[in-house]
Amino acid sequence: MAFAPADMIQPLAGGALIGLSAGLLRLGTGQIAGISGIVRRAIRGPERGWQLAFLAGVLAAGAMAAWRSGEQLAAGLERASLPMLVAAGLLVGLGTGLGNGCTSGHGICGLARLSKRSLLAVPTFMAAAALMVFVRRWGGWL
Amino acid sequence: MKGWIALVAGLLFGLGLALSGMTSPDKVIGFLDVTGPWDPSLAFVMGGALLVAAPLYFYTSRRGEALCGDSLGAPPSQTIDRKLIGGAALFGLGWGLAGLCPGPALVDLLVRPLPVGVFLTAMIAGLLLSRRD
Repeated sequence: MAFAPADMIQPLAGGALIGLSAGLLRLGTGQIAGISGIVRRAIRGPERGWQLAFLAGVLAAGAMAAWRSGEQLAAGLERASLPMLVAAGLLVGLGTGLGNGCTSGHGICGLARLSKRSLLAVPTFMAAAALMVFVRRWGGWL
Repeated sequence: MKGWIALVAGLLFGLGLALSGMTSPDKVIGFLDVTGPWDPSLAFVMGGALLVAAPLYFYTSRRGEALCGDSLGAPPSQTIDRKLIGGAALFGLGWGLAGLCPGPALVDLLVRPLPVGVFLTAMIAGLLLSRRD
């Protein structure tokens, strides 16, 4: 295990900001901060105004973070092959569309409101993701 | 009003993701690699998020409507079906393959436009193909 107690400060602080964002959106507007759903609505409508504003905020945050930490922000992405990214993107898109949520919609908003569906979806996608990494490790392409 | 709240929420969301480490595929794979040199630190992202989001969600439910006056929508669906489980499993396989989920991909877009653009294009195609609404 590669872990020191100080390593949990940034994940915890970052998580708290994400939780604040989800809570602010819920309290302020009644909406759920699920990224896959927000992206889908922003493209397909029928209502796309607040979704586009939210996505603009995320991209602006990305620009600030890129300015501060550069390529370290996306460490590991430089080794990703394009065919693998296409396959992964399709799986993520299909899966979040069918399952109606991703790490944010199910993992944070769904669990925050104790949705039965999210309580089942989160361990399912965690287990599938760990399985994929396990297969990649033993197949020698991690 | 609603647009401004969403903009601020998006900004906080993106900054939180960037600070948390979720935007790095290396970090995500390290978290999912439970039989390797496992790095559990990303578990604290969900922990920290729930610690803040859950009370705000609870307060909003008690309040009965959003501050802007909008309704809170229908209560969460309780339907457990194959679409939910199968969809979550497919999503997990994709997440474990690239180490990217939708939010972090958006945050990474400007720092690595080509690979993230390819990922997001495929993701949006999958998203739109998977359902009609």
